[in-house]
Amino acid sequence: MALIDLNRREIHCKIVYYGPGRCGKTTNLFYIYNAVSEKYRGKLLTIETRGERTLFFDLLPINLGKIHGLDIRIQLYTVPGQSHYRATRKLVLKGVDGIVFVADSLRKRREKNIESLLDLKNNLKEYNLSLEEIPLVFQYNKRDLVSANIPLLTIEELENDLNRELKVPYFEAAAIKGIGVFETLKEISKRTVKYVARKYVFSQTQAEAQGGII
Amino acid sequence: MGTMVVTTEKVKELQRVLDNQLLAIGVSLAILIDEAGNVIVAAGNENGVDTTSLAALAAANFGATAQIAKLLGEEDFSILYHKGKRDNIHFTKIGMEFILVTIFTDEIPLGLVRLRVNQVAQELLNLLTEND
Repeated sequence: MALIDLNRREIHCKIVYYGPGRCGKTTNLFYIYNAVSEKYRGKLLTIETRGERTLFFDLLPINLGKIHGLDIRIQLYTVPGQSHYRATRKLVLKGVDGIVFVADSLRKRREKNIESLLDLKNNLKEYNLSLEEIPLVFQYNKRDLVSANIPLLTIEELENDLNRELKVPYFEAAAIKGIGVFETLKEISKRTVKYVARKYVFSQTQAEAQGGII
Repeated sequence: MGTMVVTTEKVKELQRVLDNQLLAIGVSLAILIDEAGNVIVAAGNENGVDTTSLAALAAANFGATAQIAKLLGEEDFSILYHKGKRDNIHFTKIGMEFILVTIFTDEIPLGLVRLRVNQVAQELLNLLTEND
């Protein structure tokens, strides 16, 4: 649930990085954390197991400047990717305003990507949301491994597996090197803020209309 | 789940309730958050506490505990309490979407905090859900 705080003149939105285990969700957040100056970001909070796997979530608050005199504050969350953490992922999705689906380009992870997208769809459904409605972008990560001779899925295959019907923007990335990280963030932020603003305006006009009827 | 808008007047009213009912009995910090982990209003001495992280963790903690309740066949655990050496923290659900986080030292009896929190819960909920 986005929050518009007219007292502090801030808009708060929640963006969740979703995807299968070890696809690079936390790596995205780490890169953003290290690249953004302290003035524009808060503390990076991580809840992980000893083996550096996300146990609950990571959180990175960032400031994206102003729109119509309101400060845009975005909270970036990741979910634990491993399939047995489904209940935890659902909790993190509570109140989500935008989603980055990070897909693993490794050929052997093909099924995991598809499974994770289906899991996302089912979890959203429980909050009465759908992939078609919520702001969403894909990030096809680990594209740099092509030069290491590791079998990767082609962009066409990834698009066909995941984005055939949704047709949302996608970004090729190598999150560990920062390639595509900010392009992804920029696009999802833009879409999310637009979505939140539209919902706000819609609820205002609806309230006014209802007031008019009464 | 829509977008929640809080106006300056609303923040002042919420803050007044937290001040008069909770800070008045010696609570160090009271934070009203939503279930997504946003801080709606905070009152008291933040004293270097990272309220953004605290809100995210509190919401997640509450969510996780609610799932544990379901596993046990309970509908919800509406109150959570953690005791520390110096500070204690108390979480209460306010309606369906909000959580009141209260931090207090050992000098304040838990019973008094629980009583006051119960008393203000409905008042806060009314303020949060009424239309301007």
